[in-house]
Amino acid sequence: MSIKRIQLPMTAEVVRSLKAGDSVLLNGPILTGRDAAHKRLVALLDEGKELPVEVKDQTIYYVGPAPASPGHAVGSAGPTTSYRMDAYAPRLMEIGLNGMIGKGKRNDDVINAMKKYGAIYFGAVGGAAALVSRSIESAEVLCYEDLGAEAIHRFVVKDFPAVVLIDAEGNNMYEIGPAQFRAEQAAKEGK
Amino acid sequence: MREIQAVEIQKAIEQLIYEASYVISPDIAKAVDEGIEKETNPTSRNVLEQIAENYKIASCERVAICQDTGMAVVFIDIGQDVHIAGGNLEDAINEGVRVAYRDGYLRKSVVGEPLFDRVNTKDNTPAVIHTRIVPGEQIHILVTPKGFGSENMSRIKMFPPAAGVEGVKQFIIEAVKEAGPNPCPPVIVGVGIGGTFEIAAQTAKRMTARAVGSHNADPRYAALEEELLTEINKLGVGPAGIGGYTTALAVNIDFRPTHIASLPCAVNMCCHCARHAETTI
Ligand code: SF4
Repeated sequence: MSIKRIQLPMTAEVVRSLKAGDSVLLNGPILTGRDAAHKRLVALLDEGKELPVEVKDQTIYYVGPAPASPGHAVGSAGPTTSYRMDAYAPRLMEIGLNGMIGKGKRNDDVINAMKKYGAIYFGAVGGAAALVSRSIESAEVLCYEDLGAEAIHRFVVKDFPAVVLIDAEGNNMYEIGPAQFRAEQAAKEGK
Repeated sequence: MREIQAVEIQKAIEQLIYEASYVISPDIAKAVDEGIEKETNPTSRNVLEQIAENYKIASCERVAICQDTGMAVVFIDIGQDVHIAGGNLEDAINEGVRVAYRDGYLRKSVVGEPLFDRVNTKDNTPAVIHTRIVPGEQIHILVTPKGFGSENMSRIKMFPPAAGVEGVKQFIIEAVKEAGPNPCPPVIVGVGIGGTFEIAAQTAKRMTARAVGSHNADPRYAALEEELLTEINKLGVGPAGIGGYTTALAVNIDFRPTHIASLPCAVNMCCHCARHAETTI
């Protein structure tokens, strides 16, 4: 299995080069946020106000980590289910967000925005949270500290394991993967 | 009559939450390892390898298997000859939850009111408590911290009896298919058939904690479990939903008596992190 090492923030070239199904190791800074933080960011955009964090060319990880035990930057930190951010994600892509990390399906609005603005949806393995946390070298709260685990953090990650679930052309591993499996099984049974 | 101190129950709850949150049960780890052997697509296999590795890291380092350490669901069977002294039961359970989530570095994921405020209670209380009074003078406690990525993919339907085995089968398969990647497959499908609306759901919840590889004592239900597991694993959802053989590790079904007019069926979806631990006091 070939694995691409990706430097964050991603350039437009990198975004274009990634294809659904690619295994990658992400390196560099990422933002974190879940529903509550997204809601606040989009409320600010609605009011025409400036955001407390820069999202242009950034990658956001949908995660609410467990508390860090002594000696660790962060506790277990696997992905949360992404569809809860679907209502907000296109707004952030509109202002330049080009990467999202999560798990689970996205709706058509999100996929269309990804194609329009050029963004990648990465998947981290749900439930592999202790393993993922090992690739998080540092964590700091950027804003919304009152949200606790749901505050917006900046993580710096090293060789964070992920798969390209949906690429900037809209190719979707959640459709391609299972369909391929079923086709292979049908071919086997046909023999 | 046997006297059991409330603080003993509190301590037991605390320990069970640590155990469940850090250490996956061996039957699940084994089923994941078997999945690794089966998967032919390297990316799908790698997902399972990450899951297996994660179990090892979590138990060695005593950290949470998954960051969603869930709501603490507690099934407690109390012998009728037990007297709980030195405090009341619910307080003892909630205190155990409070201490475990604080001292065990577990995430607090409970909001006190669901619709308007949604303010975090900050200590993961209250626990969800299912109490039964049983014969004897012991207390049995089963703790199943439940993550909501999979909980949200659960469903229940009150079928007419005419829907029969076929209706129930389709409903269960459809639930797994529709959920796709969202509940962190490979999943454990807990199914409750019969009872009333709430009993079906509660039975399904209990079934998420039944060992992978075990079967219902009734051979008809055991056969149905096998058949559904095979059918579900033909869907191709696969590890993390990216395609493959390993969509579900188990379909665990139990049934309850029901009304002549109904055939309730509840599917409680659980991720591979089906955390549970039990003890008898
Ligand atoms: S569904 Fe399970 S494995 Fe997935 S994030 Fe939630 S608790 Fe973790």
